[in-house]
Amino acid sequence: MSTAPNSLPTPPEDVSLDGVTRRSTLKWMALAWTGFAAATAAGLTATVRFLFPNVLFEPPTRFKAGDPSTYSLGVDERWKEKYGVWIVRDTNSIYALVAVCVHLGCTPNWLAAQNKFKCPCHGSGYYVSGINFEGPAPRPLERAEIGVSGEDGQIIVDKATRYLYERGQWKDPKAFVKMA
Amino acid sequence: MGSRWRDIQQAIVSSQFWKSIFRVGIPNTNRKRVLAMLGNVVLHLHPVKTRKSGVKMRYTWCAGGVTFFLFLVLTFTGLLLMFYYRPTVEYAFVDILDLREQVPFGIMREVHRWGAHAMVISVWIHMFRVFMTGSYKPPREFNWVIGVILLVLTLLLSFTGYLLPWDQLAIWAITVGSNMASATPLLGIQGPGTSLLKIGDIQLVTSTNDARFGLLGGRFVGAGALLRFYVLHCVGIPLIAAFLMAVHFWRVRKDGGISGPV
Repeated sequence: MSTAPNSLPTPPEDVSLDGVTRRSTLKWMALAWTGFAAATAAGLTATVRFLFPNVLFEPPTRFKAGDPSTYSLGVDERWKEKYGVWIVRDTNSIYALVAVCVHLGCTPNWLAAQNKFKCPCHGSGYYVSGINFEGPAPRPLERAEIGVSGEDGQIIVDKATRYLYERGQWKDPKAFVKMA
Repeated sequence: MGSRWRDIQQAIVSSQFWKSIFRVGIPNTNRKRVLAMLGNVVLHLHPVKTRKSGVKMRYTWCAGGVTFFLFLVLTFTGLLLMFYYRPTVEYAFVDILDLREQVPFGIMREVHRWGAHAMVISVWIHMFRVFMTGSYKPPREFNWVIGVILLVLTLLLSFTGYLLPWDQLAIWAITVGSNMASATPLLGIQGPGTSLLKIGDIQLVTSTNDARFGLLGGRFVGAGALLRFYVLHCVGIPLIAAFLMAVHFWRVRKDGGISGPV
């Protein structure tokens, strides 16, 4: 009665494929997946970039700190609140100490009575020079770039450039302003 | 009287409204019980059958259940706190004080806080129990990994919530904690390999585009960090955690229910 087919059945003649072939299907699939991947990548990039704003409403790293003559001997705290910098005048120079503890980033306090900087978080202590002497701080405080403006003679501090004691950079002419 | 009451009951039970909700009827056979479990999105996350040992407190300590319960408590109390707390530098700290002084049941914040501590502890206990009973072994390795991610999310929820009171403890704890992000390889400003990423003399990763900045929305813990941590704490991380919890519970069922004693 029935005969087992020796080859695969051929599709009926009346089924219309409208010119769709394996090749054309793969071509469209490749195009679709490329488009999808590109759109995903663009969306991810936009999302990540969105988290990094174009404008920062933070105080600038570079600021004018007034005339050198307004600083008397010792630690001056007038810029600490706004810029996080102490301006220190010793016998023959002025330097800017960055008020960020080098242990874990808290803001130390200047204890005038004990003549030292003391971090409230874990107790690191620094001399007026910024050199550490107690607590977990592994190295001295950092100094910021300091200079005198050629226009009006004011001190200019730039926190973006740091000078590190352990690299011998405190001797750099940009690390202090020489005072007579 | 009795027959009228039965008529009303019959009318309710045979109504389209009732039958659309209780589709299986009274689950009085095993088949109906299975159908009821599988036809309900919440119930289907759970195993149809539970081993005797699976409900033994001495075996499971119910630590996972306690953790989930605490998550629900924290979600609910957290939602209530959001009605009063404003995540801005100007208001955050005073709103926290007001939550204690000016609001009925001033302990709601305390419930949230102690619940959070308890959840961190219970999650560790759950992990310890799963480890001691060997429930991380095949076929449950995948669920162990989901669990580890949930542990990290719990700790991140704890970390982000820590900043919101906006007191000195909060600000400096997050300052110290987020400084770790600057040590991320290639993405943190102090991370290994980061200094190699430059074009000519220009460093590609700076203090305004490294991993720490992305976390804080600024170069230090300020208004941007408070808002980012608030959004992550209240929406971002809870959503991810809730999704992974659903997967976690479903995997318990798929891997053959709570592991039994060997």
